[in-house]
Amino acid sequence: MSQEGISNTAEAAAIPNDWSGVVTDWSADKQTFQMSWGKAMMWFFLLSDTFIFACFLVGYMTVRVSTTEPWPVSSEVFALHLFGQDIPLILIAIMTFILITSSGTMAMAVNFGYRRDRKKTAILMLITALFGATFVGMQAFEWTKLIVDEGVRPWSNPMGAPQFGSSFFMITGFHGAHVTAGVIYLSVVAMKVLRGHYESKGYEIVEITGLYWHFVDLVWVFIFALFYLW
Amino acid sequence: MAYVAIADRQQELHDPQSFLTKYVWSQDHKVIAIQYALTAFAVGIVAVILSNMMRLQLAWPNEFAFIDPQTYYQSITMHGMIMVIYLLTALFLGGFGNYLIPLMCGARDMVFPFMNMLSYWVYLLSVVILMSSFLVPGGPTGAGWTLYPPQALLEGTPGSNWGIILMLVSLVFFIVAFTMGGLNYVTTVLQARCRGMTLMRLPLSVWGIFMATVIGLLVFPALLVSGIMMTFDKLFATSFFMPALISMGESADYSGGSPILFQHLFWFFGHPEVYIVALPAFGVVSDIISTHSRKNIFGYRMMVWAIVLIGGLSLIVWAHHMYVSGMNPYFGFFFATTTLLIAVPTAIKVYNWVLTLWRGNIRLNVPMLFAIGFIFTFTHGGLTGLFLGNVATDATLTDTYFVVAHFHMVMGVAPLLVVMASIYHWYPKVTGRMLNEKLGKLHFWVTFLGTYSIYLPMHYLGFLGIPRRYYAYGETDFIPNSAVDVNISITIATLIVSTIQLVFLFNLAYSYFRGKKAGPNPWEATTLEWQTPDTPPQHGNWGPELPTVYRWAFDYSVPGAVNDYIPQNQPSDETTGDAHETSDTGGGHQ
Ligand code: HEM
Ligand SMILES: [Cu+2]
Repeated sequence: MSQEGISNTAEAAAIPNDWSGVVTDWSADKQTFQMSWGKAMMWFFLLSDTFIFACFLVGYMTVRVSTTEPWPVSSEVFALHLFGQDIPLILIAIMTFILITSSGTMAMAVNFGYRRDRKKTAILMLITALFGATFVGMQAFEWTKLIVDEGVRPWSNPMGAPQFGSSFFMITGFHGAHVTAGVIYLSVVAMKVLRGHYESKGYEIVEITGLYWHFVDLVWVFIFALFYLW
Repeated sequence: MAYVAIADRQQELHDPQSFLTKYVWSQDHKVIAIQYALTAFAVGIVAVILSNMMRLQLAWPNEFAFIDPQTYYQSITMHGMIMVIYLLTALFLGGFGNYLIPLMCGARDMVFPFMNMLSYWVYLLSVVILMSSFLVPGGPTGAGWTLYPPQALLEGTPGSNWGIILMLVSLVFFIVAFTMGGLNYVTTVLQARCRGMTLMRLPLSVWGIFMATVIGLLVFPALLVSGIMMTFDKLFATSFFMPALISMGESADYSGGSPILFQHLFWFFGHPEVYIVALPAFGVVSDIISTHSRKNIFGYRMMVWAIVLIGGLSLIVWAHHMYVSGMNPYFGFFFATTTLLIAVPTAIKVYNWVLTLWRGNIRLNVPMLFAIGFIFTFTHGGLTGLFLGNVATDATLTDTYFVVAHFHMVMGVAPLLVVMASIYHWYPKVTGRMLNEKLGKLHFWVTFLGTYSIYLPMHYLGFLGIPRRYYAYGETDFIPNSAVDVNISITIATLIVSTIQLVFLFNLAYSYFRGKKAGPNPWEATTLEWQTPDTPPQHGNWGPELPTVYRWAFDYSVPGAVNDYIPQNQPSDETTGDAHETSDTGGGHQ
């Protein structure tokens, strides 16, 4: 009597509805997660990337605690002089707002992707990329201001602990590089969407791109909280 | 819409045609595996030569003018780093992982072959950068493989300008290469198995390599980040790791950094790294022991969970390398506890290997010899680990030769014996020919006994208090003459062991042309890689049809079956000669 290989799709009903069911489900043959290879791989990559950012942030917090000189007051350093008064953190607030908005447009792009609305998908992705580019542009402005006006260098600054500049440039630089990569990635995929490149393969790629983009936004929230608000 | 598993979808295969796309820019996991393995071996030879230089110096100080203190420290550093990262990690994951994962899971290739190919080329680049540090002014870094700042960056340490930067850059490239490969391995194991291949039917080799890759993806980030921060400290004079200090009589431009932070980051990577090397070895050796004792592995599920548990625990033990770095004693207590906890799943594995051998129908061929050798050296190194895992005993033993002996036993010799075992085991599949048995046995006995005569006496040196990382000991009161003699005997053993590896290399080359033809399944093994239609497997591995798996990987000596092994892809009704029902071993182990 020949025993068939167990399949995890058709006979799903036979799987018990408790923890042993979870185990059976995950360890079933062929694939553990019901998703494409690309999407699974993106998730694994993001998990690994999370550890990179976590290490950066933990490293930053450690040197902030260990350094012997006072830490510059971030609400003052990152204030902008607008309309005759200093507004703390205003630039960062706008940047954060832009990035979070871009997550919204990205989510809409994913939605239209699955509805196979090529044009709307591509436009929303390009808008997302534009938001991202704006973010990077504002970051460049912020860096310029810090370097030129405030005299902050990676190795020293007039306000206090040298680790302030080192951590700032390193962490925001690394994050900014992620955003830049995301902008390029989004634009490439958007162009391909527009050309109908995914008509036969399906539009999951939009979601995969979106995963990356949301991740980059989420990381920013942590950087914002731990670097600017602390 | 029902989701169609990717393994069920139709795939087109594009066979590469020209020599270049077939063997150089190849996207075939088998070719990439061999490229990885050959490159790893090439750097490995460099590391062995360096170790021999160090041993010559230690046995006969003052005899060899070409080894000065500077060269000695550079040799230590390069030897350690190459062995751990560029040889063992690359070989186990890039080499064995690449070769075995798709074949054992019943896949045609890795899920993203192009990225897999890139992974190799970036790895090669990192190797080239590392080797180029031998040529730059000042030579390679001599900071020790742990690269601790501040000393790694300060004048006075060999290679503190070019050497250390090249080392860090090379590591960054290595991590990029590893990540590209690693994502492929993880995704392939989880998402691209063939019909019937449940996770709990996977051979343990795949489990070991899989778990090692997972922890690699989680801990290499720490090395990456510390590498980046240290590069900044060097290039931009930032002070992440550098406190205010006086170097060469002048105060350096640093202030307020935390050298301990580096140690934490480094060991958050460094300890799991031991398991990145050990877990694949655990897995592979389990399969080899089971195959050659014609018995199922004892406690398969326990073995799997032990691998997972060891991988998980390995992430929270790192500070046992820092007991004497000045840590809060409560931390010491915590890390000692977790360290000793790891001993539990590890001991389970050792018992299970021994119980697999117990009353097995042991075929004492070369792979089996090496596998049994591994059980010895690994158990041995594990036991000395208990001394080093306890704060009180470690305080006296740390930085002595006891440590050198311990880690060479547990992560040097033991995994290398598995490497040898697996080469003897899988060479017939890779090349279609057997390795010479006589030369193999000679190789085994000299290597096994030789490494014991190298490392056993080192424990004694450690108890005497002889420190590690010393170029020469000179006239020191507490060092007796016996230690000098022991050092000489260790070096002689080293030279013998290193020389016998030439026999192994010769065997590899000779058997490739003259070896006995192997046939598809010379060891009568059950796992899928032995059931391919061609030997060596062709591009795409399986011909037109993917295999279907009906049972776990360890159906040896099943009562009632015609053969003493039942391949994983054999349906139950073909296992017995008559129409009688056999108990379905596969079903019980999903
Ligand atoms: C041919 C066999 C080998 C010999 C003879 C050998 C010999 C040595 C010697 C003499 C040292 C320096 C000890 C000191 O002065 O403190 C050393 C260090 C080291 N070896 Fe090996 N070794 C061998 C194989 C391996 C392997 C296979 C590994 C892989 C894990 C390894 C990893 C290391 C590490 C990590 C260090 C520490 C480097 C440091 O202190 O920075 N060795 N070895
Ligand atoms: Cu450790």
